[in-house]
Amino acid sequence: MADITTYRTCPRSGLQFEANAEKLMLANAVVAVVFLLIGGILAIGVVLTRWPSVHWLQADDFYMVLTAHGIDMLIFWIIFFEVAVLYFCSSTLLRCRLATPKVAWLAFALMLIGAVTNNIAVFQGSSSVMMTSYVPMMATPAFYLGLILFAVGALIACFVFFGTLVVAKRDKTYQGSVPLVTFGAITAAIIAVFTIASGAIILIPTFLMSIGIIKEVDALVYRTIWWAFGHSSQQINVSAHIAIWYAAAAIAFGAKPMSERVSRGAFLLYILFLQLASAHHLLADPGLSTGWKVVNTSYFMYFAVLASMIHGLTIPGAIEVAQRAKGYNNGLFEWLRKAPWGNPTFSGVLIALIGFGFLGGISGVMMGTEQLNMIIHNTIYVPGHFHATVVIGTTLSFMALTYFLIPVLFKREMINPGLARLQPYLFGLSMYFFVLVMMGAGTLGVPRRHWDMSFSGAAMAYEWPGAAYLMMGLVGIAGIAAIVGGAIYIYITVGSLLWGKRLDDGAFSAKPTPFPLTPASTALHGTGSAGFAAPGTFVLALVFLTAFVLYYFINWKYLSQVWGLS
Amino acid sequence: MSAILPPSERLWWKHPLDRVEGTWIVIALVWCLVMFAMMVGWHIYGKQNLSTETYKTTREMFSAKAQAVVDKYTVRTETDKQIPVVHPPAGGDVYLIGRLWDWWPIIEFEKGKTYRLHLTSMDYNHGFSLQPVNINIQVVPGYEHVVTMTPNQSGTFSIVCNEYCGIGHHNMLGRIYVK
Repeated sequence: MADITTYRTCPRSGLQFEANAEKLMLANAVVAVVFLLIGGILAIGVVLTRWPSVHWLQADDFYMVLTAHGIDMLIFWIIFFEVAVLYFCSSTLLRCRLATPKVAWLAFALMLIGAVTNNIAVFQGSSSVMMTSYVPMMATPAFYLGLILFAVGALIACFVFFGTLVVAKRDKTYQGSVPLVTFGAITAAIIAVFTIASGAIILIPTFLMSIGIIKEVDALVYRTIWWAFGHSSQQINVSAHIAIWYAAAAIAFGAKPMSERVSRGAFLLYILFLQLASAHHLLADPGLSTGWKVVNTSYFMYFAVLASMIHGLTIPGAIEVAQRAKGYNNGLFEWLRKAPWGNPTFSGVLIALIGFGFLGGISGVMMGTEQLNMIIHNTIYVPGHFHATVVIGTTLSFMALTYFLIPVLFKREMINPGLARLQPYLFGLSMYFFVLVMMGAGTLGVPRRHWDMSFSGAAMAYEWPGAAYLMMGLVGIAGIAAIVGGAIYIYITVGSLLWGKRLDDGAFSAKPTPFPLTPASTALHGTGSAGFAAPGTFVLALVFLTAFVLYYFINWKYLSQVWGLS
Repeated sequence: MSAILPPSERLWWKHPLDRVEGTWIVIALVWCLVMFAMMVGWHIYGKQNLSTETYKTTREMFSAKAQAVVDKYTVRTETDKQIPVVHPPAGGDVYLIGRLWDWWPIIEFEKGKTYRLHLTSMDYNHGFSLQPVNINIQVVPGYEHVVTMTPNQSGTFSIVCNEYCGIGHHNMLGRIYVK
């Protein structure tokens, strides 16, 4: 082995960090947080402009800020953090060295150069084309070039991850199968390769169009392929944050999966069907057949929804089983009442899980139903939905994981733990309210990406109902509360990194310490009631299903009242 | 042992399902199939399905057809821009142009009658958002989308653009009257 490296065993978690992987995780996570900070500052501009009575920015600034907010949050913050998660799930969880660290640094450099290039292009003001950059509306060449460089870097990082899996297998650092969390990360990485390839297929010709080499990229072809990138990148997030949920359940409770077979099977359904969902964005488009829309938008008969519903049961179910085994076995919900609600890693993940399911999941299926999409497409219901999935689901999960990583990876004592305890509640619950009022306004038809809902100066202005103004005002208030919550996260993370008390590194060794052989697990059963290992979780799942079914048919009722269309 | 360690049982795929998981998987699968059947069934029994009738078109071709209908069926003009109000016959074709930054012309329908509305964009993507009905359709340049519409209420309706199309996007409005 040419690479000389060391392995550090963290005294607080027992996790083993390889030196190269550790530095790369740190670098990627720190840059991610910087982009979250930029995106968060931009969010102030978006929220205060869409709040009708404030209406802060001018139109050109608003559209520029909205473009940057979307790209910095949805792409740069999340994918930088995901690269750190991929290295964690391979090198750290498999206790092996990271494959090709120099190439991993190259990937990091390309991503950083790409992200900065793209941001400069946007802030110069002539690339306010939104994250989707639909042709024939054109941005400057640097806008596309930045995204392409970033995508190439991210793709290389995925291959470093796959290479690390090979290293672990070859060096026999583990026996049998990879941990479930690593399996989830593999799912995310496979989806990422598909996603980034789609992005390259459409952004490279668009870049060539922007410098005049290609005359035209067809508008509908662009939309179709761009969404294989744009939507699928959110599917990377789903897989990654669900892997983090399993990890958090294991870390906070020592919970083991209820059954490896079910949880891995659900991840496999993601690999097979999740990407079909890019069709959700094309349901109101011309030129695509009904059969294509129905098969794709339903992830082939909703098999990926099935997978999400399975994860939604098995993660709290595993926590319930672990808690009952510890003796919190009274009634249906003692296990939940006695959960560590003051631990931000747990509370963050639980708020993320519930919000992702109830708000993001249910609304996503509504929008993804071919006919129901017509009463939702491009209204502010859409950003309502994806703030539930990407902010409550992914971002809050990443925040929760960060609180675990501050002492473990950053080796710092967390500054102000009292504030950290509060943060998931402030951020998560204000986002709950934010997305609910956004979806409410969307149900009344208020459009997304729109500077002035009062249409001041237009000849044939439309007057929105008063409730729409009220809800957009509440969007503003809830948005500001959530931004404060986000600022607290950044303060705690950056503050701990800069001023937190330095903690003990733990023992170093030149060779990885393999996993000890674990004894065969004891049976899952023995607690619970009526032959159900997790009866409380099952009841909660039925509450979820009831909400889902009711809301689904309410929307059909609403659709059945609009004009006939055929 | 736990989700962050390799499974302790080497043959984890032979581990029996817990009843809570098995029951939930069956319930969830049934619900997924119900939702799938609902979407397919609405195509057969429902009255709100988006047409897929689409043609490739160009600015010149579409403008010429729109102009012909305007010339034939204009009943009056409105606003100081003299926007024609077109009243097509029931069952007839009518053309709506989306462009930076208006919808042209104004259209007048009759309640309960069916019309073939042709949509396209002259430039960027636009969004046809009929308010307060709340029907939303993507309008893509180069493609002529023929949507068959049957208004079930009378009144004045606005077409808001809900696809970002540049600096004047928020003032891009059109109108449909239903008598």
